[in-house]
Amino acid sequence: MLTLENVSAGYGTFQALFGVSLEVRAGEAVAVIGPNGAGKTSLLRVISKVIALNGGHIAMEGQSLDSVPAHRVIELGIAHVPEHRRLFPRLTVEENLRMGAFINGARSRFDERLAFVYDLFPRMKERRHQLAGTMSGGEQQMCAIGRGLMSGPKLLLLDEPSAGLAPVIVQQVFDLVRRIRQEGYTVLIVEQNIQQVLKVVDRAYLLEVGRIKMSGASRELLENDEVRRAYIGL
Amino acid sequence: MEFSLLDPFLWETVIQGLLFGGVLALLSLGLNIIFGVIDVVWICYAELIMLGMYTIYFLYTDFGVPLPLAFLAGILVVAALGALLHHLVIRPILHTEPINQLLVTGGVLFFLQGLATMLFSVEFRNLGVSFGSVEVGEMYLPISRIIAFSVSIVAVVALWLFLKKTYLGTAIRAISQDRDVMPLMGVSPRRIYLVTSALGGGLAGLGACLLVLLYDIHPAIGLTFGPITFMVCVLGGLGNMIGGFIAAFIFAEFIALGGFYAEVEWGYVRAFVFFIVMMFIRPQGILGSKS
Repeated sequence: MLTLENVSAGYGTFQALFGVSLEVRAGEAVAVIGPNGAGKTSLLRVISKVIALNGGHIAMEGQSLDSVPAHRVIELGIAHVPEHRRLFPRLTVEENLRMGAFINGARSRFDERLAFVYDLFPRMKERRHQLAGTMSGGEQQMCAIGRGLMSGPKLLLLDEPSAGLAPVIVQQVFDLVRRIRQEGYTVLIVEQNIQQVLKVVDRAYLLEVGRIKMSGASRELLENDEVRRAYIGL
Repeated sequence: MEFSLLDPFLWETVIQGLLFGGVLALLSLGLNIIFGVIDVVWICYAELIMLGMYTIYFLYTDFGVPLPLAFLAGILVVAALGALLHHLVIRPILHTEPINQLLVTGGVLFFLQGLATMLFSVEFRNLGVSFGSVEVGEMYLPISRIIAFSVSIVAVVALWLFLKKTYLGTAIRAISQDRDVMPLMGVSPRRIYLVTSALGGGLAGLGACLLVLLYDIHPAIGLTFGPITFMVCVLGGLGNMIGGFIAAFIFAEFIALGGFYAEVEWGYVRAFVFFIVMMFIRPQGILGSKS
Protein backbone atom coordinates (compact mmCIF):
# COMPACT_ATOMS: atom_id res chain seq x y z
CA MET A 1 0.00 0.00 0.00
CA LEU A 2 2.70 2.47 1.09
CA THR A 3 6.27 2.20 -0.12
CA LEU A 4 9.27 4.30 0.80
CA GLU A 5 12.32 3.89 -1.35
CA ASN A 6 15.67 5.28 -0.24
CA VAL A 7 14.01 8.29 1.43
CA SER A 8 16.12 11.16 2.77
CA ALA A 9 14.69 14.13 4.58
CA GLY A 10 15.46 16.74 7.22
CA TYR A 11 14.93 20.22 8.56
CA GLY A 12 17.05 22.91 6.93
CA THR A 13 20.64 21.76 7.09
CA PHE A 14 19.88 19.03 9.61
CA GLN A 15 19.35 15.65 7.99
CA ALA A 16 17.05 13.32 9.93
CA LEU A 17 16.60 10.38 7.53
CA PHE A 18 19.27 8.70 5.41
CA GLY A 19 18.05 6.42 2.63
CA VAL A 20 15.14 4.79 4.45
CA SER A 21 13.21 2.08 2.61
CA LEU A 22 10.11 0.44 4.01
CA GLU A 23 6.81 -1.00 2.98
CA VAL A 24 3.36 -1.27 4.53
CA ARG A 25 0.99 -3.77 2.90
CA ALA A 26 -2.79 -3.43 2.91
CA GLY A 27 -4.34 -4.68 6.15
CA GLU A 28 -1.05 -4.74 8.02
CA ALA A 29 -0.05 -3.00 11.20
CA VAL A 30 3.58 -1.98 11.11
CA ALA A 31 5.62 -0.27 13.80
CA VAL A 32 8.70 1.87 13.54
CA ILE A 33 10.58 1.63 16.81
CA GLY A 34 13.75 3.22 18.01
CA PRO A 35 15.23 5.56 20.58
CA ASN A 36 14.50 9.25 20.98
CA GLY A 37 15.85 11.29 18.10
CA ALA A 38 16.14 8.32 15.75
CA GLY A 39 13.98 10.09 13.16
CA LYS A 40 10.71 8.26 13.79
CA THR A 41 8.59 11.40 13.81
CA SER A 42 10.46 12.75 10.79
CA LEU A 43 9.62 9.54 8.96
CA LEU A 44 5.87 10.11 9.41
CA ARG A 45 6.25 13.79 8.64
CA VAL A 46 7.96 13.15 5.34
CA ILE A 47 5.21 10.69 4.37
CA SER A 48 2.71 13.50 5.06
CA LYS A 49 5.04 15.87 3.17
CA VAL A 50 5.04 18.24 6.15
CA ILE A 51 8.82 18.18 5.75
CA ALA A 52 10.44 18.14 2.33
CA LEU A 53 11.55 14.95 0.64
CA ASN A 54 15.22 15.50 -0.17
CA GLY A 55 15.83 12.23 -1.93
CA GLY A 56 14.16 8.94 -2.80
CA HIS A 57 10.54 8.15 -3.55
CA ILE A 58 7.28 7.66 -1.67
CA ALA A 59 4.21 6.03 -3.22
CA MET A 60 0.72 5.29 -1.96
CA GLU A 61 -1.07 2.51 -3.84
CA GLY A 62 1.26 3.00 -6.79
CA GLN A 63 0.70 6.76 -6.92
CA SER A 64 3.79 8.86 -6.32
CA LEU A 65 3.70 11.27 -3.37
CA ASP A 66 6.99 12.90 -4.38
CA SER A 67 5.49 16.16 -5.63
CA VAL A 68 2.18 16.12 -3.74
CA PRO A 69 1.84 19.13 -1.36
CA ALA A 70 1.18 18.40 2.33
CA HIS A 71 -2.49 19.39 2.28
CA ARG A 72 -3.25 16.95 -0.55
CA VAL A 73 -1.73 13.83 1.01
CA ILE A 74 -4.89 13.15 3.04
CA GLU A 75 -6.88 12.97 -0.20
CA LEU A 76 -4.88 9.87 -1.14
CA GLY A 77 -6.19 8.08 1.95
CA ILE A 78 -3.40 8.79 4.44
CA ALA A 79 -4.45 10.27 7.80
CA HIS A 80 -1.72 11.40 10.18
CA VAL A 81 -2.39 11.56 13.93
CA PRO A 82 0.54 13.73 14.98
CA GLU A 83 2.84 13.64 17.96
CA HIS A 84 1.37 15.35 21.06
CA ARG A 85 -2.12 14.89 19.51
CA ARG A 86 -2.31 18.50 18.36
CA LEU A 87 -6.03 18.94 18.86
CA PHE A 88 -7.50 22.42 18.50
CA PRO A 89 -7.83 23.17 22.22
CA ARG A 90 -10.55 25.85 21.96
CA LEU A 91 -12.71 23.92 19.54
CA THR A 92 -15.20 21.39 20.85
CA VAL A 93 -14.67 17.66 20.38
CA GLU A 94 -17.19 17.63 17.56
CA GLU A 95 -15.59 20.63 15.85
CA ASN A 96 -12.23 18.88 16.02
CA LEU A 97 -13.83 15.85 14.40
CA ARG A 98 -15.35 18.08 11.74
CA MET A 99 -11.88 19.40 10.90
CA GLY A 100 -10.85 15.78 10.31
CA ALA A 101 -13.53 15.59 7.61
CA PHE A 102 -12.54 18.86 5.93
CA ILE A 103 -11.59 17.40 2.54
CA ASN A 104 -14.29 17.36 -0.11
CA GLY A 105 -14.44 13.59 -0.36
CA ALA A 106 -15.22 13.32 3.37
CA ARG A 107 -17.84 16.02 3.91
CA SER A 108 -20.71 14.21 2.24
CA ARG A 109 -20.14 11.24 4.54
CA PHE A 110 -19.69 13.32 7.70
CA ASP A 111 -22.74 11.99 9.58
CA GLU A 112 -21.85 8.40 8.81
CA ARG A 113 -18.20 8.83 9.85
CA LEU A 114 -19.21 10.71 13.01
CA ALA A 115 -21.54 7.88 14.01
CA PHE A 116 -18.69 5.42 13.40
CA VAL A 117 -16.24 7.39 15.54
CA TYR A 118 -18.82 7.85 18.34
CA ASP A 119 -19.52 4.15 18.19
CA LEU A 120 -15.80 3.43 18.52
CA PHE A 121 -15.36 5.99 21.31
CA PRO A 122 -18.65 6.44 23.23
CA ARG A 123 -16.75 8.78 25.55
CA MET A 124 -16.31 11.23 22.68
CA LYS A 125 -20.05 11.29 22.12
CA GLU A 126 -20.60 12.18 25.79
CA ARG A 127 -18.05 14.98 25.51
CA ARG A 128 -18.90 16.22 22.06
CA HIS A 129 -19.67 19.78 23.19
CA GLN A 130 -16.67 20.01 25.52
CA LEU A 131 -13.60 22.03 24.52
CA ALA A 132 -10.91 19.57 23.48
CA GLY A 133 -8.22 21.29 25.53
CA THR A 134 -10.09 20.62 28.78
CA MET A 135 -10.08 16.82 28.46
CA SER A 136 -7.61 14.37 29.99
CA GLY A 137 -4.64 13.16 27.97
CA GLY A 138 -6.21 9.79 27.21
CA GLU A 139 -9.45 11.37 26.05
CA GLN A 140 -7.50 13.78 23.88
CA GLN A 141 -5.72 10.84 22.28
CA MET A 142 -9.08 9.22 21.51
CA CYS A 143 -10.25 12.48 19.97
CA ALA A 144 -7.07 12.79 17.91
CA ILE A 145 -7.41 9.25 16.57
CA GLY A 146 -11.11 9.87 15.93
CA ARG A 147 -10.22 13.02 14.01
CA GLY A 148 -7.81 10.96 11.91
CA LEU A 149 -10.53 8.44 11.13
CA MET A 150 -13.05 11.10 10.05
CA SER A 151 -11.62 11.41 6.54
CA GLY A 152 -12.22 7.69 5.99
CA PRO A 153 -8.53 6.90 5.40
CA LYS A 154 -7.03 3.65 4.18
CA LEU A 155 -3.80 4.14 6.10
CA LEU A 156 -3.51 5.65 9.57
CA LEU A 157 -0.18 7.09 10.70
CA LEU A 158 0.07 7.18 14.50
CA ASP A 159 2.89 9.14 16.10
CA GLU A 160 3.65 8.08 19.69
CA PRO A 161 0.02 7.65 20.77
CA SER A 162 1.09 6.49 24.25
CA ALA A 163 3.47 9.36 24.98
CA GLY A 164 2.80 11.35 28.12
CA LEU A 165 -0.05 9.14 29.32
CA ALA A 166 -0.45 7.34 32.65
CA PRO A 167 0.37 3.59 32.51
CA VAL A 168 -3.29 2.53 32.82
CA ILE A 169 -4.23 4.79 29.92
CA VAL A 170 -1.29 3.54 27.84
CA GLN A 171 -2.83 0.08 28.00
CA GLN A 172 -6.15 1.51 26.76
CA VAL A 173 -4.42 3.26 23.87
CA PHE A 174 -2.86 0.01 22.68
CA ASP A 175 -6.23 -1.73 23.01
CA LEU A 176 -7.56 1.04 20.83
CA VAL A 177 -4.93 0.42 18.18
CA ARG A 178 -5.92 -3.23 18.21
CA ARG A 179 -9.58 -2.31 17.63
CA ILE A 180 -8.73 0.00 14.79
CA ARG A 181 -6.85 -2.88 13.17
CA GLN A 182 -9.91 -5.09 13.59
CA GLU A 183 -11.94 -2.44 11.79
CA GLY A 184 -9.73 -3.12 8.79
CA TYR A 185 -7.49 -0.07 8.81
CA THR A 186 -3.87 -0.33 7.79
CA VAL A 187 -1.70 1.22 10.48
CA LEU A 188 1.83 2.59 10.56
CA ILE A 189 2.71 3.40 14.16
CA VAL A 190 5.77 5.03 15.65
CA GLU A 191 6.44 4.23 19.29
CA GLN A 192 8.99 4.38 22.05
CA ASN A 193 7.02 1.92 24.14
CA ILE A 194 8.58 -0.96 22.23
CA GLN A 195 7.43 -3.91 24.29
CA GLN A 196 3.79 -2.84 24.13
CA VAL A 197 3.70 -1.87 20.50
CA LEU A 198 5.33 -5.08 19.33
CA LYS A 199 2.41 -7.00 20.83
CA VAL A 200 -0.04 -5.09 18.67
CA VAL A 201 1.64 -5.01 15.25
CA ASP A 202 2.61 -7.65 12.66
CA ARG A 203 5.99 -6.32 11.69
CA ALA A 204 8.40 -3.64 12.79
CA TYR A 205 11.38 -1.66 11.65
CA LEU A 206 14.08 -0.54 14.03
CA LEU A 207 15.28 2.97 13.24
CA GLU A 208 18.57 4.31 14.58
CA VAL A 209 20.04 7.72 13.76
CA GLY A 210 17.95 8.03 10.63
CA ARG A 211 18.68 4.57 9.22
CA ILE A 212 16.78 1.27 9.29
CA LYS A 213 18.91 -1.02 11.38
CA MET A 214 16.72 -4.08 11.54
CA SER A 215 13.32 -5.28 10.41
CA GLY A 216 11.17 -8.32 10.80
CA ALA A 217 8.07 -9.87 12.32
CA SER A 218 7.30 -8.37 15.69
CA ARG A 219 7.88 -11.70 17.45
CA GLU A 220 11.39 -11.90 15.99
CA LEU A 221 12.21 -8.41 17.21
CA LEU A 222 10.73 -9.09 20.62
CA GLU A 223 13.01 -12.12 20.94
CA ASN A 224 16.07 -10.47 19.44
CA ASP A 225 18.80 -10.17 22.08
CA GLU A 226 20.06 -6.84 20.84
CA VAL A 227 16.60 -5.27 20.88
CA ARG A 228 15.87 -6.70 24.30
CA ARG A 229 19.11 -5.44 25.76
CA ALA A 230 19.06 -1.98 24.22
CA TYR A 231 15.38 -1.08 24.24
CA ILE A 232 13.37 -3.29 26.50
CA GLY A 233 15.87 -3.44 29.32
CA LEU A 234 15.84 -7.18 29.81
CA MET B 1 -28.64 70.95 32.98
CA GLU B 2 -30.48 68.91 35.55
CA PHE B 3 -30.28 65.15 35.39
CA SER B 4 -33.58 63.37 34.87
CA LEU B 5 -34.27 59.87 33.68
CA LEU B 6 -37.44 61.17 32.08
CA ASP B 7 -35.53 63.57 29.87
CA PRO B 8 -36.33 62.52 26.27
CA PHE B 9 -33.07 64.08 25.05
CA LEU B 10 -31.14 61.79 27.38
CA TRP B 11 -32.88 58.75 25.92
CA GLU B 12 -32.36 60.01 22.42
CA THR B 13 -28.66 60.29 23.22
CA VAL B 14 -28.54 56.77 24.66
CA ILE B 15 -30.22 55.38 21.56
CA GLN B 16 -27.96 57.37 19.25
CA GLY B 17 -25.03 55.86 21.13
CA LEU B 18 -26.51 52.41 20.70
CA LEU B 19 -26.93 52.96 16.96
CA PHE B 20 -23.36 54.25 16.64
CA GLY B 21 -22.19 51.26 18.72
CA GLY B 22 -23.63 48.91 16.12
CA VAL B 23 -21.60 50.58 13.39
CA LEU B 24 -18.42 50.50 15.52
CA ALA B 25 -19.07 46.82 16.23
CA LEU B 26 -19.15 46.10 12.52
CA LEU B 27 -16.01 48.17 11.87
CA SER B 28 -14.11 46.32 14.60
CA LEU B 29 -15.13 42.92 13.25
CA GLY B 30 -12.89 42.88 10.17
CA LEU B 31 -9.83 44.16 12.03
CA ASN B 32 -10.42 41.63 14.80
CA ILE B 33 -10.79 38.63 12.52
CA ILE B 34 -7.55 39.52 10.71
CA PHE B 35 -5.69 39.87 13.98
CA GLY B 36 -7.29 36.83 15.59
CA VAL B 37 -6.51 34.54 12.66
CA ILE B 38 -3.38 35.90 10.98
CA ASP B 39 -1.91 37.71 14.00
CA VAL B 40 -1.37 40.87 12.00
CA VAL B 41 -2.82 44.34 12.64
CA TRP B 42 -3.94 46.09 9.49
CA ILE B 43 -3.13 49.67 10.50
CA CYS B 44 -4.48 50.69 7.07
CA TYR B 45 -7.86 49.03 7.73
CA ALA B 46 -9.84 52.29 7.71
CA GLU B 47 -8.15 53.32 4.45
CA LEU B 48 -9.65 50.22 2.84
CA ILE B 49 -13.02 51.48 4.08
CA MET B 50 -12.23 54.87 2.55
CA LEU B 51 -11.51 53.28 -0.85
CA GLY B 52 -14.77 51.35 -0.54
CA MET B 53 -16.65 54.61 0.09
CA TYR B 54 -15.13 56.17 -3.03
CA THR B 55 -15.97 53.07 -5.07
CA ILE B 56 -19.61 53.29 -4.02
CA TYR B 57 -19.72 57.05 -4.50
CA PHE B 58 -18.34 57.06 -8.03
CA LEU B 59 -20.37 54.07 -9.17
CA TYR B 60 -23.54 55.67 -7.87
CA THR B 61 -23.06 59.32 -8.81
CA ASP B 62 -20.85 59.17 -11.95
CA PHE B 63 -21.88 55.86 -13.48
CA GLY B 64 -25.50 55.76 -12.37
CA VAL B 65 -25.19 52.28 -10.89
CA PRO B 66 -28.18 51.55 -8.63
CA LEU B 67 -27.25 51.90 -4.96
CA PRO B 68 -27.64 48.23 -3.95
CA LEU B 69 -25.37 47.17 -6.83
CA ALA B 70 -22.88 49.91 -5.95
CA PHE B 71 -22.86 48.59 -2.37
CA LEU B 72 -22.24 45.05 -3.58
CA ALA B 73 -19.42 46.27 -5.84
CA GLY B 74 -17.94 48.23 -2.92
CA ILE B 75 -17.88 45.10 -0.75
CA LEU B 76 -16.30 43.00 -3.52
CA VAL B 77 -13.69 45.63 -4.39
CA VAL B 78 -12.57 45.99 -0.76
CA ALA B 79 -12.60 42.19 -0.32
CA ALA B 80 -10.26 41.95 -3.32
CA LEU B 81 -8.09 44.74 -1.85
CA GLY B 82 -7.89 42.79 1.42
CA ALA B 83 -6.71 39.67 -0.40
CA LEU B 84 -4.26 41.76 -2.42
CA LEU B 85 -2.92 43.43 0.72
CA HIS B 86 -2.27 40.01 2.21
CA HIS B 87 -0.69 38.61 -0.92
CA LEU B 88 1.58 41.55 -1.72
CA VAL B 89 2.39 43.03 1.67
CA ILE B 90 1.66 40.68 4.57
CA ARG B 91 2.68 37.26 3.23
CA PRO B 92 6.30 38.18 2.47
CA ILE B 93 6.81 39.42 6.05
CA LEU B 94 4.47 37.06 7.89
CA HIS B 95 7.25 35.41 9.87
CA THR B 96 9.25 38.51 10.72
CA GLU B 97 8.97 40.70 13.83
CA PRO B 98 5.41 42.01 14.49
CA ILE B 99 6.74 45.58 14.46
CA ASN B 100 7.57 45.16 10.76
CA GLN B 101 3.95 44.34 10.00
CA LEU B 102 2.78 47.40 11.93
CA LEU B 103 5.23 49.64 10.13
CA VAL B 104 4.53 48.31 6.67
CA THR B 105 0.74 48.48 7.00
CA GLY B 106 1.25 51.94 8.49
CA GLY B 107 3.15 52.77 5.30
CA VAL B 108 0.26 51.41 3.25
CA LEU B 109 -2.06 53.74 5.22
CA PHE B 110 -0.18 56.87 4.09
CA PHE B 111 0.29 55.47 0.59
CA LEU B 112 -3.46 54.91 0.18
CA GLN B 113 -4.32 58.27 1.73
CA GLY B 114 -1.84 60.04 -0.54
CA LEU B 115 -3.06 58.13 -3.55
CA ALA B 116 -6.68 59.04 -2.79
CA THR B 117 -5.70 62.70 -2.43
CA MET B 118 -3.95 62.62 -5.81
CA LEU B 119 -6.79 60.82 -7.57
CA PHE B 120 -9.85 62.32 -5.92
CA SER B 121 -8.54 65.64 -4.42
CA VAL B 122 -9.27 66.71 -0.84
CA GLU B 123 -12.82 67.71 -1.76
CA PHE B 124 -15.56 66.49 0.61
CA ARG B 125 -18.12 64.46 -1.28
CA ASN B 126 -21.55 63.34 -0.21
CA LEU B 127 -23.65 60.59 -1.66
CA GLY B 128 -26.69 62.84 -1.31
CA VAL B 129 -28.96 60.03 -0.27
CA SER B 130 -31.29 60.86 2.58
CA PHE B 131 -33.75 58.59 4.30
CA GLY B 132 -35.16 61.16 6.70
CA SER B 133 -36.00 60.55 10.33
CA VAL B 134 -38.51 58.58 12.27
CA GLU B 135 -40.28 59.96 15.32
CA VAL B 136 -40.40 57.62 18.28
CA GLY B 137 -42.18 59.16 21.26
CA GLU B 138 -40.56 62.55 21.54
CA MET B 139 -37.32 61.40 19.88
CA TYR B 140 -36.19 61.88 16.29
CA LEU B 141 -33.94 59.08 15.01
CA PRO B 142 -32.31 59.24 11.55
CA ILE B 143 -33.38 56.23 9.49
CA SER B 144 -29.91 55.91 7.94
CA ARG B 145 -28.49 55.21 11.39
CA ILE B 146 -31.19 52.66 12.12
CA ILE B 147 -30.36 50.91 8.82
CA ALA B 148 -26.64 51.00 9.64
CA PHE B 149 -27.29 49.55 13.08
CA SER B 150 -29.56 46.77 11.74
CA VAL B 151 -27.11 45.79 8.99
CA SER B 152 -24.30 45.68 11.56
CA ILE B 153 -26.22 43.36 13.84
CA VAL B 154 -27.21 41.08 10.95
CA ALA B 155 -23.58 41.00 9.76
CA VAL B 156 -22.28 40.15 13.24
CA VAL B 157 -24.76 37.28 13.56
CA ALA B 158 -24.09 36.04 10.01
CA LEU B 159 -20.34 36.03 10.62
CA TRP B 160 -20.81 34.18 13.88
CA LEU B 161 -22.92 31.52 12.15
CA PHE B 162 -20.37 31.24 9.35
CA LEU B 163 -17.51 30.72 11.79
CA LYS B 164 -19.50 28.28 13.88
CA LYS B 165 -21.41 26.21 11.34
CA THR B 166 -19.33 25.86 8.17
CA TYR B 167 -16.19 23.85 7.40
CA LEU B 168 -14.38 26.94 6.18
CA GLY B 169 -15.41 28.95 9.25
CA THR B 170 -14.28 26.16 11.57
CA ALA B 171 -10.96 26.03 9.73
CA ILE B 172 -10.57 29.80 10.17
CA ARG B 173 -11.01 29.38 13.93
CA ALA B 174 -8.80 26.29 13.99
CA ILE B 175 -5.86 27.85 12.16
CA SER B 176 -5.52 30.53 14.83
CA GLN B 177 -5.02 27.74 17.39
CA ASP B 178 -2.59 25.53 15.48
CA ARG B 179 -1.38 26.57 12.07
CA ASP B 180 1.18 23.84 11.50
CA VAL B 181 -1.21 20.93 11.93
CA MET B 182 -3.64 22.28 9.31
CA PRO B 183 -2.11 20.49 6.29
CA LEU B 184 -2.76 17.17 8.05
CA MET B 185 -6.47 18.08 7.90
CA GLY B 186 -6.17 18.68 4.18
CA VAL B 187 -6.24 22.45 4.66
CA SER B 188 -3.82 24.78 2.92
CA PRO B 189 -2.91 27.53 5.44
CA ARG B 190 -2.11 29.88 2.54
CA ARG B 191 -5.61 29.52 1.18
CA ILE B 192 -7.23 30.07 4.59
CA TYR B 193 -5.17 33.22 5.14
CA LEU B 194 -6.17 34.54 1.74
CA VAL B 195 -9.85 33.76 2.35
CA THR B 196 -9.68 35.38 5.80
CA SER B 197 -8.06 38.49 4.32
CA ALA B 198 -10.82 38.71 1.71
CA LEU B 199 -13.37 38.27 4.49
CA GLY B 200 -11.76 41.03 6.58
CA GLY B 201 -11.72 43.22 3.47
CA GLY B 202 -15.35 42.37 2.75
CA LEU B 203 -16.31 43.47 6.26
CA ALA B 204 -14.42 46.73 5.70
CA GLY B 205 -16.40 47.06 2.46
CA LEU B 206 -19.65 46.55 4.32
CA GLY B 207 -18.47 49.20 6.79
CA ALA B 208 -17.95 51.49 3.80
CA CYS B 209 -21.58 50.94 2.71
CA LEU B 210 -22.80 52.12 6.10
CA LEU B 211 -20.39 55.04 6.56
CA VAL B 212 -21.12 56.37 3.09
CA LEU B 213 -24.72 56.85 4.20
CA LEU B 214 -23.72 58.70 7.35
CA TYR B 215 -20.65 60.80 6.54
CA ASP B 216 -18.92 62.85 3.85
CA ILE B 217 -16.18 61.10 1.90
CA HIS B 218 -12.66 62.55 1.82
CA PRO B 219 -9.16 61.06 1.61
CA ALA B 220 -8.47 61.45 5.35
CA ILE B 221 -11.71 59.92 6.61
CA GLY B 222 -9.71 56.83 7.57
CA LEU B 223 -8.02 58.91 10.26
CA THR B 224 -11.43 59.57 11.83
CA PHE B 225 -12.43 55.91 12.05
CA GLY B 226 -9.11 54.06 12.06
CA PRO B 227 -7.95 54.96 15.59
CA ILE B 228 -11.39 54.50 17.11
CA THR B 229 -11.83 51.08 15.46
CA PHE B 230 -8.41 50.03 16.67
CA MET B 231 -9.20 51.21 20.21
CA VAL B 232 -12.50 49.34 20.25
CA CYS B 233 -10.62 46.15 19.28
CA VAL B 234 -7.95 46.71 21.92
CA LEU B 235 -10.55 47.55 24.56
CA GLY B 236 -12.41 44.32 23.82
CA GLY B 237 -9.22 42.27 23.68
CA LEU B 238 -7.50 42.34 20.30
CA GLY B 239 -8.64 39.37 18.22
CA ASN B 240 -11.60 38.65 20.48
CA MET B 241 -14.71 39.32 18.41
CA ILE B 242 -17.21 39.12 21.26
CA GLY B 243 -15.05 41.45 23.35
CA GLY B 244 -14.89 43.88 20.43
CA PHE B 245 -18.66 43.74 20.08
CA ILE B 246 -19.20 44.67 23.73
CA ALA B 247 -16.46 47.31 23.69
CA ALA B 248 -18.03 48.98 20.64
CA PHE B 249 -21.21 49.71 22.59
CA ILE B 250 -19.35 50.86 25.72
CA PHE B 251 -17.22 53.18 23.63
CA ALA B 252 -20.16 54.53 21.65
CA GLU B 253 -22.13 55.28 24.81
CA PHE B 254 -19.14 57.08 26.28
CA ILE B 255 -18.96 59.26 23.20
CA ALA B 256 -22.72 59.87 23.11
CA LEU B 257 -23.31 60.47 26.82
CA GLY B 258 -19.97 62.16 27.34
CA GLY B 259 -21.05 64.69 24.76
CA PHE B 260 -24.56 65.05 26.18
CA TYR B 261 -23.78 67.47 28.98
CA ALA B 262 -21.24 69.49 27.02
CA GLU B 263 -20.10 69.96 23.43
CA VAL B 264 -20.00 66.77 21.36
CA GLU B 265 -16.18 66.87 21.25
CA TRP B 266 -16.10 66.28 25.00
CA GLY B 267 -17.62 62.87 24.36
CA TYR B 268 -14.54 61.84 22.40
CA VAL B 269 -12.22 63.29 25.02
CA ARG B 270 -13.97 61.31 27.76
CA ALA B 271 -14.03 58.14 25.68
CA PHE B 272 -10.27 58.36 25.05
CA VAL B 273 -9.55 59.06 28.72
CA PHE B 274 -11.67 56.02 29.55
CA PHE B 275 -9.63 54.00 27.03
CA ILE B 276 -6.32 55.08 28.57
CA VAL B 277 -7.52 54.33 32.10
CA MET B 278 -8.75 50.91 30.98
CA MET B 279 -5.35 50.16 29.47
CA PHE B 280 -3.86 50.63 32.94
CA ILE B 281 -6.52 48.54 34.67
CA ARG B 282 -6.97 45.82 32.08
CA PRO B 283 -4.31 45.98 29.36
CA GLN B 284 -5.39 42.69 27.81
CA GLY B 285 -8.87 44.07 27.11
CA ILE B 286 -12.28 43.22 28.49
CA LEU B 287 -12.35 39.64 27.24
CA GLY B 288 -8.72 39.24 26.21
CA SER B 289 -6.57 36.57 27.80
CA LYS B 290 -3.43 37.56 29.67
CA SER B 291 -0.17 37.26 27.74
